[in-house]
Parts: sequence; structure tokens; C-alpha cells
Amino acid sequence: MTTELWARLQFAFTISFHYIYPPLSIGLGVILVIMEGLYLKTGNKMYEVMTKFWVKIFALTFAMGVATGIVMEFEFGTNWAVYSRYVGDIFGSALAAEGIFAFFLESGFLAILLFGWNRVSKKMHFFATMMVSLGSMLSAVWIVVANSWQQTPAGYHIVVNDGVARAEVTDFWAMVFNPSSVDRLSHTLGGSFLAGAFLVISVSAFYLLKKRHDDIAKAGLKIGLGVATFAALFQLFTGHSSASGVAKNQPAKLAAFEAHYDSSAAADLYAFGWVDEENKTVHGLAIPGMLSFLIHGDPKAPIKGLEAFPKDERPPVQFTFQTYHLMVAIGFTLIGLTLISLFLLWRGKLFTTSLWLKILVASVLLPQIANQIGWYTAEVGRQPWIVYGLLRTSDALSKNVTSEHIIFSLVLFTLIYAGLFVVFLYLLDKKIKHGPDEVAMEFDVDGKQRMTV
Amino acid sequence: MEFTFDLNTIWFILIGVLLAGYGILDGFDLGVGSLHLLTKSDLDRRLLLNSIGPVWDGNEVWLVTGGGALFAAFPDVYATAFSGFYIPFMLLLFMLIFRAVSIEVRSKSESKRWRANWDRAFSISSLVISFLIGVAIGNVITGVPIDKNKEFFGNFIDMLNPYALLIGLTTVAAFMMHGAIYLVMKTEGELQQQIKGWVNNTIIFFVITYVTATMATLIYIPHMIQPFRDHPVFFTLAILNMLAIANIPREVNRGKEFLAFLSSSAAILSLMALFAVGLFPNFLISSINPEYSLTIYNAASSQKTLGIMLTMAIIGIPFVLAYTISIYWVFRGKVKLDKMSY
Repeated sequence: MTTELWARLQFAFTISFHYIYPPLSIGLGVILVIMEGLYLKTGNKMYEVMTKFWVKIFALTFAMGVATGIVMEFEFGTNWAVYSRYVGDIFGSALAAEGIFAFFLESGFLAILLFGWNRVSKKMHFFATMMVSLGSMLSAVWIVVANSWQQTPAGYHIVVNDGVARAEVTDFWAMVFNPSSVDRLSHTLGGSFLAGAFLVISVSAFYLLKKRHDDIAKAGLKIGLGVATFAALFQLFTGHSSASGVAKNQPAKLAAFEAHYDSSAAADLYAFGWVDEENKTVHGLAIPGMLSFLIHGDPKAPIKGLEAFPKDERPPVQFTFQTYHLMVAIGFTLIGLTLISLFLLWRGKLFTTSLWLKILVASVLLPQIANQIGWYTAEVGRQPWIVYGLLRTSDALSKNVTSEHIIFSLVLFTLIYAGLFVVFLYLLDKKIKHGPDEVAMEFDVDGKQRMTV
Repeated sequence: MEFTFDLNTIWFILIGVLLAGYGILDGFDLGVGSLHLLTKSDLDRRLLLNSIGPVWDGNEVWLVTGGGALFAAFPDVYATAFSGFYIPFMLLLFMLIFRAVSIEVRSKSESKRWRANWDRAFSISSLVISFLIGVAIGNVITGVPIDKNKEFFGNFIDMLNPYALLIGLTTVAAFMMHGAIYLVMKTEGELQQQIKGWVNNTIIFFVITYVTATMATLIYIPHMIQPFRDHPVFFTLAILNMLAIANIPREVNRGKEFLAFLSSSAAILSLMALFAVGLFPNFLISSINPEYSLTIYNAASSQKTLGIMLTMAIIGIPFVLAYTISIYWVFRGKVKLDKMSY
């Protein structure tokens, strides 16, 4: 294996592991705001207990996100020095904005969210919760802006100094609002809401099955379901909008999504399939002309195919095709899950249909998988470019770093992350089994609560 | 050394401020971590952990933002240093991960073995992080073999040269002293009495390493001394630095822990300032040829980007200061344990 492949493998591994946590934090952050908001509005003690329980889970995902996130900031410099020099002028200002505007906001108010219950007023605490949630979303803004610039560079020019080229900002706002920023940011946030919402749904369904924490579980399930339904439908729009953007700005990637080779032909939309790269065909189930229809509103309109690109400018087709289709399939499954759950809720059967509750317990994995492979689609679909059309991934490596260096750190990352993941699952499981602390509350007959002294 | 107050210089100073802020803030919680194993009972260890509980994460953000600002303002310095210092930076990362996780999970299980192991992870990672930061500073002071293409092929063994080790030790000592003083402010009773003993010992430890490091710099690193010969006005920094250090035991003996803490903060700040003056206008000095050194000019982003970032900093810094000060205000006073504590 080449140094490039090792470096890519390391990046893929460390970013995938990192990306388990930030979406959970972003999604849970929004849900915490809803829960604590309900507590403030109704004064119902149950919501306080519920908020405190989910704050503990949030703290765990947040800590894992911080610990694995700092790795990413270092890795650009250690493994991808040439890339860092090339994009520093552009990527750097987004990263610096993330630090100044998002991380300080998040970490400052996190202290109050976690430890400030008895030190500030209820309203101030609620404000802190909102700021943490806002901070976590702002982090997503800047990092997705930077990544989107790599997909669809804008607002820059290339400057050559001593024979070394780099991109420099010419128009900051054109860079920030590059053609794919808004679509990709909304799609990323939607995926994060799904990750958080389905965790709440899953844990609540688990309590209902175990007949524990009944009221908190029912209320939690409703809140989770509300957020999940909104986000699942929202993804339909952001997903479509993202794909249309890809069609316009990254035609090679779109062609790889559907393994479309022939530029003179209309493109089909596959539900699933297997790409035969040698014969340039796909074996699977497709709606003929549907991709053309979605992009151009005409099922006969030709779509630029992979053959329009030189071989060394095409992304890996099979991989992109499969991850893309699996992501879409999961997206529709999530819409189905939320709609059926809403139907059951309406019929008054959601909390008692144990088969369905079991499905909901397992559903927590789906948004996680979709978030991961969605990013694989975006990043692998951009290959062979690290900055689309400007800098090749193979040219972006650190010159002074060898395969041995990377293997050494990759082995250690693998060991450490495996250990961390075990610890994370152990603690998550422990917290969930322990459940919310209901000692301090007691329910009246009419469902209202009063404090016990 | 020619001094023009331009965007490059401003960003050199701002990154220095971010890193000094990191040294002062994360410095004390790294110091608390380094001292952690000196306490024996679970209650005392929890008190130590929770004394930094609400703030350690925010403190680390100063490093993250400092790194981000370096990437943005001086991408060549970021790229050269991070790829050149590959092995030590990876070790630093692993330790930062261990530390974050051990703080978070240490008290999440009742098991004695679980807690003892995470206590060790917390303390050792704190020590190693402090030491590696010092080693990195030591290498930046002595210079590294940067070639004409702005690259250097770092050899980890060479990085562990005696001078860098000495700076590493000095950093450990400074953070331990700083952390011990912080702990005196946050604790009470018997534990506080015990920690007061640590304060005296860590001051002695720090002064010994500090004096040795200063002598070594004066004797062996002439390029760090030259700026002070050229511009004697900067000698006032050295005087301020010594006064700040001398004031620490004085305030401790008077029982004014907060003033002692401010003094040790001032000591760290002035040490960083001395370091910055010695380095300016270089960021990374080439030991092969001074012309290959990375300076605030040949390693910088465009003027446009530096300007955009300055606007961001001017908008952002008041907020950052407001959060930081309010958090320390909300969590002022002696540390108390409750249900949400670590």
C-alpha cells in the first residue's frame, strides 16, 4: 500500500470514529432545549428529571466528540501538510471562526449546563442549554463550509509563490456561501437531528418495553418522534437539493452516484443494484429516466456520464454507488418509521405495541449508518480530488511523513479508539440501565407532580 | 529585528496571546492533574477533579483555537511544524484523548480498580502533555532543520535533546506550581493544608528548573539573546518575570492565594513574552540556514485573510472574555460535590 492510501485510511478511520459523536451532540442539544423549555413552560418536574438524564448522556457524547475532534485539527497538519499550505488561506479562516465563535460558546455554557444547576437561575440555565445547542450547530456551520469549499471552490484565486501554488481568498462571503454550502449544511444538520432523535426514541422505547420510567419514556418518545419526523422529511428536501447541486457542480460525482456512463443518454434512478464497471452497466432495479427527470424535469434529458471524464478524473464508481443508495434507502426507511409511529400514536397503540417498540429500539443504528456512508459518498465521490478540480489527493500529502509514521499512529489510534468505544458503550449502557433519577419526584393521581421533601 | 506594526505582527502577537492564555488556563488544570496521584482518598481525588471540572474543557479550547489560528494565519508554520513534529504531536494527541476521557469517565463507576486506573491515566497524561509542550517549545527555541522547501524531516530522538528536555521539565514544574496554587484557592480544611505543602515544594522545583533553563539559554542559545541586546527595553520583561516569580511565595505566605495565582499567571505570561521577543520575527528557526527560517512574512496567509480574521477576532474576543470571566465567576469559591459532579 502507498503512503497516500495509509494516510487516507487513517483519515477515514479517525473521522468516522469522530463523526459518531458530534451528530449525537447536535441532535441531543436540540432535544435538550425542547425538554428544558417544556420544564420551564409547564413547571412539570418530570421534564426536569428527564432533562437531567439526557444531559448526562449528552455530556458523554460531547466529551467523546471533543477528545476525538482535536485529532482532526492536528491531522490536517501532520498528514496533509501540502494540502494545509494550499488551503490554509481559505480553510484556516473557517477553522479559526469555528474556534472563536463556536467552541468557546459551547465549552463555556457547557460548564453551566452540566454543573450549574444549583448556581444559576432556571432561566439562566435554560439560556445556557440554548447556547450550547447553538454552539454545536455553529461548529457544524464552519466545518461544513470548509468542506464544501473543497467540493465547490468559490471566492478564491490561485497565487504562485516560489513555484508553489496556493488558493487565496478574494471574496470571503462567496467562499462561505460557495455553491454547495447551504445544501450540505442543512443536510448535515438534518442527519444530526435524526441521530439525536432516534437515540431518544430508542431509549424511550426500551423503557416502555421494560415497563420502567413510564411517563418519562412516553414523553421522551413523543419529543423524539416529533424531531425525527420533521428531520426525516426535511432530509427529503435537503437531499434532493444536494443532489441537484452535485449534478450542476460535480457532474462526475453525480454520474458515479447512479453509475451513469453515457453522456448522450438519459439517466435512470436505481433503487439498488450492482455496478459492472467493465461493461459499464448496472444490474438492479431502476426507474428509467428518473434521474434525468429529477434533475432536469424531463425523463429524456441527457445527463453527463462518467465517460465524459478522463479515467484519472473519475471517482471509484462501485463504492460511491453503493454508499449513496444505502444512504437513500435508509433515509426513506426513517421516513417510514416516523410515519408509522405517528399513525400508531394517533391510534393510541404506540406505547403498547411491543414488536414495534423493539423495532424502534434497534432503529438508533440507522441514522448513524446513514450519516457515515453519506459522508463516504460525498468524500469518495470527490476523488481523485482533495479540492475539486484544483488539487489531487495524491499531491496533498506531507512530504516528510512516511508510511511507517502513519502505520505507527494508525495502529495506536485503532487500539485507543477500540478501547474508547468499549468504554463509551459500557457507560452509555450503564446510564441507560440506571435511568432517570426519579427519587425526588412523586406523581399525583392526575398526572401532576409535587416534590417530596 | 525590524518592527513594523502590520497585520502579520498583530497575528504573531494574537497567536502568542492565545497560546499564553492556554498556558495560564490549561496550565493550572494540567498541574492539578500532575499532582492528582499525591492525594490518596477517593473524596480528595474527586475534589481535585471537580475543582477543574467545569473549566478544563474551556481551557483546552484555547489550544484548539490557537492551533486553528496558526493554520489560518501562518499555514506554512502549521504544516511544517505539525508534519515535522509528527511523533511527538501524535503522542500529545493520544495523551489529550486519554486525559479528556479519564476526567469524564473516572467517577462513572464505583469500582475501585476502574477509578484507580483512570486516576493514573489522568495524572500521567497531564504530566506527559505538560512535558511535550515544553519539549516542543525547546525545539522551537533551538531551531529545527528546515530545508529550502519549508520542510523538515523531524527525528524524534534529536527532538529529545538536553535543552528541550530541560524546557520540558521547566514546563512541568511551572504547571505543577500553578496548579497547586489554584488548588489552595479551591479547597479547604485538611486537604488545603496538605496542598499548601505542595505549593512550597513546587515553587522550589520550578525555581531550580527556571534558573537552570535561563542559564542554558544565556550560554547556548545566542540567537534568543540577541533581540534583547539590540533592544534593551525588552529587558523590562525579564525584570517583570522575576518580580512575578518572587511575588508568588510572598503572597502564599501572606495567605493571599488569589494574588499568588495572579502572580504565577503573570510569570507564565511574561515567560511566553520573553520567548516571543527572542523568536520574533521568526516562527520556526532553521538550524540549516537562517534564510530558510519560517517568518511571520514568508509563512503567512494573504493580507486579505489576515484582515478578515482580525475582524472576526475583534468581534469574537469580547464574547470569549465575557464567557470565560462569567464561568469563573459562576463557579467561584470552594469546590463542592453534588449529584452532577464528576
